[in-house]
Amino acid sequence: MNRIRPLDHLILILGTLFMVMPVVVAIMTSTHTAVEIHTGGLQILPGNDGYDTYQTVLTRQGGFTGQVTGARMVMNSLILGLGFAIGKIVLSMAAAYALVYFRFRFATLMFWVIFTTLLLPLEVRIMPSYQVMSQLGLLNSYTGLILPLLASATGTFYFRQFFKSIPDELLEAARIDGAGPVKFFIDVILPLSKTMMAAIFIIMFVYGWNQYLWPMLMTTDERFFTLMRGIKQILQVWVGSQIPDYNEAFALAVLALLPPVLVVVVFQRWFIKGLTESDK
Amino acid sequence: MAAITITNVSKTYPGAAAPSISDINLTIQDGEFIVLVGPSGCGKSTLLRMVAGLEEITVGEVKIGDRVVNNVDPADRDIAMVFQNYALYPHMSVRENMAYGLKNRKTPKAEIEARVAEAARMLELGPYLDRKPRALSGGQRQRVAMGRAVVRQPAAFLFDEPLSNLDAKLRVSMRGEIRRLQKRLATTSLYVTHDQLEAMTLADRLVVLNAGRIEQVGAPLEIYHRPATTFVASFIGAPAMNLLDAEVDGSRLRIGSHVIDARRNMAGQGAITLGIRAEDLHPSATGLPFKVDFVEELGAQRLVHGLIDGQALVLILDPHLPLQDELRLSVNSDKLHLFDILSGRRLEHPQTAANGIPVPA
Ligand SMILES: Nc1ncnc2c1ncn2[C@@H]1O[C@H](COP(=O)(O)OP(=O)(O)OP(=O)(O)O)[C@@H](O)[C@H]1O
Ligand SMILES: [Mg+2]
Repeated sequence: MNRIRPLDHLILILGTLFMVMPVVVAIMTSTHTAVEIHTGGLQILPGNDGYDTYQTVLTRQGGFTGQVTGARMVMNSLILGLGFAIGKIVLSMAAAYALVYFRFRFATLMFWVIFTTLLLPLEVRIMPSYQVMSQLGLLNSYTGLILPLLASATGTFYFRQFFKSIPDELLEAARIDGAGPVKFFIDVILPLSKTMMAAIFIIMFVYGWNQYLWPMLMTTDERFFTLMRGIKQILQVWVGSQIPDYNEAFALAVLALLPPVLVVVVFQRWFIKGLTESDK
Repeated sequence: MAAITITNVSKTYPGAAAPSISDINLTIQDGEFIVLVGPSGCGKSTLLRMVAGLEEITVGEVKIGDRVVNNVDPADRDIAMVFQNYALYPHMSVRENMAYGLKNRKTPKAEIEARVAEAARMLELGPYLDRKPRALSGGQRQRVAMGRAVVRQPAAFLFDEPLSNLDAKLRVSMRGEIRRLQKRLATTSLYVTHDQLEAMTLADRLVVLNAGRIEQVGAPLEIYHRPATTFVASFIGAPAMNLLDAEVDGSRLRIGSHVIDARRNMAGQGAITLGIRAEDLHPSATGLPFKVDFVEELGAQRLVHGLIDGQALVLILDPHLPLQDELRLSVNSDKLHLFDILSGRRLEHPQTAANGIPVPA
């Protein structure tokens, strides 16, 4: 082992501060009043209005219709994040399983077709996607929000690579042991894929949680507003004459931060456990 | 338990130019331990996997018992297989690994438990039943793989080089264990290896494969003492049988400028390939002149490499004898193996017994 020198620590500490400070500032600032923030700028020390602000943000009926609360937006974002993550994992595992374990014509071609869709992110196909959803009557619905984004080339690719790394003998042993395709998937592939699923879940949840453009386009009904839109909504008051509710925007931002952090912390454990437990 | 009958079986992999297995005929008796042996790429695994149902049979027929199994699913062939890399389910405990096949066959719980316990006792896996495979040593893993086969009580065991991932010492003890287990269960077994020593020690009968064809089938000693071709002669036995170019002239055998008088009529005529096992050559006062090249000491014996008239030769000598640079060698003419120089097939001596004494030219 190398001796750890003070300089190493200094670099680490500086790096950590660099990463953590903005978050700390956001949390601290959210505990001040809007006026204090407007006059005093960003805050590093805690203020006295934290409880009130968060309560307001979570429960106040806002928006034009007065139907949307912070809690509701958190729920919407959660539905989006979870729907994305779970849907993508299910879909891409199924696709990868078919690609790797079933011999059918054009399998390779199929894989490359799926793979090239990586070149077409949502932003590129957003208008046609919108039109399809609109004609299906799925605007302003969770289905419409989630469904068009489920097909995941990234997920399919990762799972395919992972399945390919599982030794063929395992499949053969399972076949001799009397496991059909479904049984093999459930009894062998699923447990072995835990690590992979955890990793993809983290990525996809955060991806879904952070969606902004698509939900904005897809939903006009305020009941479907997500946190990301909520933050924007608050700052839009800027055009008026009153002081924007900076404190609430910061509070919402902090709230928006929590679930992804939670997901990463929880699944990272699973992820690392899977890595260290897996056989060679 | 069942016999396995392989009739006219050939296999050509899709896209491959030549068949990997050509026209194999083989009958494995009920309870017999057959070892398939041959160099890498000769098609051993392919043949085994066709019996297992993991590989399609291009031509021919495989019967297990009275049933043609060409189109039967591996699970329904009533066989169990042990793989080279163990192929244990990494996320299941040893107990679950062994029970999995039975569970899929809807065996009653009590019976599964009884069978697993019995197999664990037989293979001394008791203390490890609740461990995951990654917490086991290679030898223990291979025992679990065998346990997984044993609990199924199948008609036949199929082994594909199960010991080649183990170190030399463990291989020897596992070899004994497999043999004992098979004797005790009397289950028909087909065992693939490229290790001729493993093949010799395990087999009731050996099948020597070369380039997808059977070279010879027979009991290990029969094959050792009467190899049917030069390929078998050079493959079975360590060190490999010496193969020399020689010429037959009636009862005389000419090696380069030297002559052995067999004192009886030899098989064949003209140029042949002469085979002599290393242990059949003895130093003597007169005989073939042998120039020592280098020596390998094995402890109990000494392998001496050298040349007779420019042709390489190995012999086994007693390590107590003093080493010389030049020796003269004699050989019992019964121990001479003659092969056709072109086809490599064995040429049989006419049945006359006489002890030949090599005569210097
Ligand atoms: N899936 C495959 N597709 C095409 N050719 C194959 C395939 N599997 C094996 N072969 C070819 O068939 C021949 C026999 O292969 P096989 O695996 O049976 O050899 P083996 O005797 O088991 O060798 P080893 O001792 O190295 O395991 C080889 O020439 C190999 O290249
Ligand atoms: Mg092989």
